[in-house]
Amino acid sequence: MALADYLPIPTSKLPAPLRGPSTKFVLEDGTPVHGMLAQYSKTPDLVHAVEAVRDAGYKVWDSFSPFPIHGMEESMGFARTKLPYIIGVAGLSAAAMGYLLQWWISNDYQMVVQGKPYTAWEPFVPITFEIGILITAFTTLLGMFAFNGLPRHHHPLYQSERFLSSSDDKFFVYIEATDERFDPEATRKLLEKTHPDHIELIGQRD
Amino acid sequence: MSVEHPDQRTVEQLLGREPESSQPAPHDPGDGSLIDDPALEAPLVLGGRSLHEVTEIVCGYAERPAPKWWLPALLVSASVAGLGTMMILYLIITGVGVWGLNNQVNWAWDITNFVFWIGIGHAGTLISAILCLFKQKWRTAVNRSAEAMTIFAVTCAGIYPAIHVGRIWFIWMVFPIPNANAIWPNFRSPLLWDVFAVSTYATVSTLFWYMGMLPDFATLRDRADRRLRRAMASGGARSLPDTLRAYIYGVFALGWRFSNRHWHRYEVAYLILAGISTPLVLSVHSIVSFDFATSVVPGWHTTIFPPYFVAGAIFGGFAMVLLLLIPARELLPNFKDLLTLRHIENMAKILLVTGMMVGFAYAMEFFVAWYGANEFEFYVFMFNRAVPDWLHESGAPYWWAYWTMIFCNVVSPQVFWFRRCRQDVRIVWGVALLVTIGMWFERFVIIVTSLHRGWLPAQWHMFYPTIVDILTFVGTFGIFMTLFLLFLKFLPIFPMAEIKAVMPQADPHPDPEEAPAMAGARGDDPEAAGGAAPAPAPAHPEEGR
Repeated sequence: MALADYLPIPTSKLPAPLRGPSTKFVLEDGTPVHGMLAQYSKTPDLVHAVEAVRDAGYKVWDSFSPFPIHGMEESMGFARTKLPYIIGVAGLSAAAMGYLLQWWISNDYQMVVQGKPYTAWEPFVPITFEIGILITAFTTLLGMFAFNGLPRHHHPLYQSERFLSSSDDKFFVYIEATDERFDPEATRKLLEKTHPDHIELIGQRD
Repeated sequence: MSVEHPDQRTVEQLLGREPESSQPAPHDPGDGSLIDDPALEAPLVLGGRSLHEVTEIVCGYAERPAPKWWLPALLVSASVAGLGTMMILYLIITGVGVWGLNNQVNWAWDITNFVFWIGIGHAGTLISAILCLFKQKWRTAVNRSAEAMTIFAVTCAGIYPAIHVGRIWFIWMVFPIPNANAIWPNFRSPLLWDVFAVSTYATVSTLFWYMGMLPDFATLRDRADRRLRRAMASGGARSLPDTLRAYIYGVFALGWRFSNRHWHRYEVAYLILAGISTPLVLSVHSIVSFDFATSVVPGWHTTIFPPYFVAGAIFGGFAMVLLLLIPARELLPNFKDLLTLRHIENMAKILLVTGMMVGFAYAMEFFVAWYGANEFEFYVFMFNRAVPDWLHESGAPYWWAYWTMIFCNVVSPQVFWFRRCRQDVRIVWGVALLVTIGMWFERFVIIVTSLHRGWLPAQWHMFYPTIVDILTFVGTFGIFMTLFLLFLKFLPIFPMAEIKAVMPQADPHPDPEEAPAMAGARGDDPEAAGGAAPAPAPAHPEEGR
């Protein structure tokens, strides 16, 4: 995830340190290679393909499907997300802040209502709960975006018209050229063994 | 096997064998989704649809010209909404005296409508959150529209507490905003809990709805993008609607690109949102019931209120889902393949269950009013509600409201004990309409019949709604329907990604015995399937890939 991906400026016009990692391979027209894309038509084919790529030891790669596939984290070999811990901490802190807000205001602005104590904890429970839920929900959504590196206004994959079918009924494996093991010949051979419908190279264009 | 699965039939045809019978099994009078055999899984999507066809069907609603009835329906409901808005303006300009409220009945249709609408909203959250936690796959057909309904219903609900305060320009005082007068809200009041509960509920429901729609926005974006590319490649002009779609759906999709690493975090986040929405929805209607239960008004001061209100909310909300989706099922093409009779039957069963819960609550609060030996509480239930004024000299002038409620909410869902009634959409729709009416009367009975007789007979007043009361209520229906019609036209009305995920094609490790089916008709590859499969009704015939 390079900073350049998130700037609305073409990568080539950015100063070198911001451009992100470059690759040693180029396309026929001289564009640096961004990665290799393989297309599949069926869910089991994709699962077999990602298992093969995982076993070949690739690290910087991804797979794409129109719907979440059960057990994909094992097939692709990545760790379970830490998102729930962050959400839990945020939600509990928000609830604590919500309680503190009510306690502080009720203490500061003392209103006599039916002679009841100003800062009894019981009547503060509903609002404490609601504020905790509200902030948990925002943390969940925004945390999911942050961990996923979204929003992102463009991605080199969208140069491929085929890739637009990833939102319809096609499945893809994409191995990025920044991966240590990436080699146009060897990677293509590996992907060909997984019976894809189509393989193409994606260039690092803006 | 005596009961034949629709998928099985397709497989037999593909393999060149004639199916045993071309008719659905005799005890399945419906569309093929009403399978009784527990060994078979009822299909959630009918017609042997491929993944691509699901995309075509769902995106078609948003991309193709609206059906003929859509624009007139929108104009009518928008006019009604405009009328309601004028009534609200009239109220704000003139004061709450334009309603039929009086010294004794100081809450009437305003809070009745508020509780009615917020209750309707709750079924959406129930479908999307609780059924998600319980892994009820059938929810995928209804959850998007139910969530939309939630948000629109909460919008309508939120209007009433805001305008009933009278001087609406002071409404900001309900929020703890630092101000020059150093005045702060009273956090010990259930009315303030309500402010936080309803605003949190509206916000979290919107986030949940948006998060569910995110991948579907990306699908709509990609389709518009592809059409634009094809047009440019063939030297044609970029069509304006597609440019707008690619741009607007693209902004809302936030760069979603269907990565499985993203999907993993998305699913975790979705489950957490479902997990927090479940206690949220229970808390919101409990807090709404605290508005009444923490007071000392006979008929309100009961501990059964929170569960009773929650059950009633789910009951009324499911009725509204059915009320909206059964006509949509008839009016929109291919809707029936995604929302099957089984979905309708499941919701009818939920109506029966929650209707029984509500009926139990009615009986229990009556019993406790008698058993608790509080003469005032018993009087409210007996003589303000149940006994008609033509039977007893101090009987209830509102008896008809009470018995309408009992008939609509307790008696009418009992028809769902019969399979035939659960599977007939006309009967289900009729009962849903009765339940919606009954649930409005429930809130009216709770609020007005408890209030209209004070402790002294000199304080007894009837409530008569004015034309402004009535038109404001009708107006909120206009607002609700306007929003819902816009939703039907412009947004993905089915969760495509979730529907695809529960289709047989999504199984990463298909059963080898079903392998021919996976490779053929049920596969995703149109070239392989196209020739042999019994052609289902075209998704949207004139549209190419």
